[in-house]
Amino acid sequence: MERVTERVIQFDLARTTVRELNQYLHHQLPSEPSTGEIPHLAILNPNGQHNIAVGVTVPARIDIQGNAGYFVGGMNKHADIVVHGHAGWSVAENIMSGSLRVKGSASECVAASGHGGLVVIEGDASSRCGISMKGCDIVVGGDVGHMSAFMAQAGSLVICGDAGPNLGDSLYEAVIYIRGGIHGLGTDAQEEPLTAHDIEHLGSLLKRAEFAYSPKEFKRVASARTLYHWHVDAGAKY
Amino acid sequence: MCGIVGFLAKKRAFAESLGDHVVPMLTCMGDRGPDSAGLALFSKSLPEMVRRFSLYVDDREFPWTDLGAQWSLEAGVALELDVIENHAALMSAVSPDQFRAWLKSHYPHVHLLSVGRSIDVYKDEGHPEEISRRYRFGKMRGTHAVGHTRMATESAVSPAHAHPFTAGEDFCLVHNGSLSNPYSIRRKLERLGITFETDNDTEAACRFLEWRMREGDTLEEALQKGFVELDGFYTLLMATSDQLVLVRDAFACKPAVVAETDDYVAISSEYRALAHLPGINQARIFEPLPERIYSWNVLQSV
Repeated sequence: MERVTERVIQFDLARTTVRELNQYLHHQLPSEPSTGEIPHLAILNPNGQHNIAVGVTVPARIDIQGNAGYFVGGMNKHADIVVHGHAGWSVAENIMSGSLRVKGSASECVAASGHGGLVVIEGDASSRCGISMKGCDIVVGGDVGHMSAFMAQAGSLVICGDAGPNLGDSLYEAVIYIRGGIHGLGTDAQEEPLTAHDIEHLGSLLKRAEFAYSPKEFKRVASARTLYHWHVDAGAKY
Repeated sequence: MCGIVGFLAKKRAFAESLGDHVVPMLTCMGDRGPDSAGLALFSKSLPEMVRRFSLYVDDREFPWTDLGAQWSLEAGVALELDVIENHAALMSAVSPDQFRAWLKSHYPHVHLLSVGRSIDVYKDEGHPEEISRRYRFGKMRGTHAVGHTRMATESAVSPAHAHPFTAGEDFCLVHNGSLSNPYSIRRKLERLGITFETDNDTEAACRFLEWRMREGDTLEEALQKGFVELDGFYTLLMATSDQLVLVRDAFACKPAVVAETDDYVAISSEYRALAHLPGINQARIFEPLPERIYSWNVLQSV
């Protein structure tokens, strides 16, 4: 198995621009490490700047040492990114694979339209977490805000805390697992019993996200599929 | 897109260095609003009968001392005048209505930006960094301040359309977002005799809340009615002589971040505008929830 190199490449964003950092990440990292070692980068003084480590397409370990701004780790493919602080809006937007972990809390639209990979928020995530997710997995250690998993198409959203209003509104085939309370379910979302497959899948996600909860503490929320097709009776409403 | 910033000092040292903290916040939020900017600054209240009138004119050579002398002669009251380029703060023991009427008849092209015992408002066209320099925001002191950087989307770019908006006395409001029913609110208020100075949507919110407070509501009660009346997207940051108040709309469409320490409360659209503040790494940082009223009072000790 490939291991992360011991040599850490440092980027100090107090002295280097985010654009320079991202160009390095896009053009200077090996697409397949010949030595079997994955590059390790440390980003210092992020100070809430936007677009840090967006569009990385190769294996790398990227540690962001502080609070990140909007879109951190957006469109990520293969890289494993850790934000050692809080993050702003749209963390890991459209993530394809790899992982992104936020040690603190994240603002709105976590992993919006994410296709793959794992996104872990150790603290709380704000509203619209997992909006339109298309296959990624999201594990939130704390609470999520309103309209989370809105129109989520595929993948799993695991919430270890509570959910705000309108959870899972207009869900497609993404599945929500929630340990805490639900302020309110959105249109067409319903609670369902956990299946054996859910318990196995959830157990594996919790393990990968490094949370010690038992899958049995969670409820499953999924689409009732009543919005999938136009129903002629609804015509009378208009 | 627009940027909002707010700062309330909890210790005297932070009140004395207020400008040092607020200018980098405004400058940073210039990325969200590069076309105009404004700042409302609150300091210790003037004596009971005295009012400060913040005035703006689109002429950097404007003879402010002539205006002052004429006012003093005609009204028969003393005044103090602090002039910075095309902005002047005129302090005089006079009723706001009397001064407003005099100004309108003698200097119709001079804008009255604010009236009160503790408020002073600056706003102008241009990049926030340039405006901060022009009006020497860095040197300003005060208990609290509210600032705005504007990217106009629904009405003209002009100093009058820049935020903060004010209504009544010692009340101001800045807004990130857009209202979808400002004209219906406006028609309702105009029927009550309330006059508007611009066609800006934010002015409708500002005058609505001030009207409710004149009718006896607290700002919190007025905001509860605002949640029903105001349709659209908004993060609103407001200040009175002794309070800083923040709300977001039901969908929390527009951002806001709060950082609070034992020394200050700092509010901005984005965290990066707060990253320079002393003690920020130990601050309690949070995102305000939708339709919840957050308010902080100015401490007597500051």
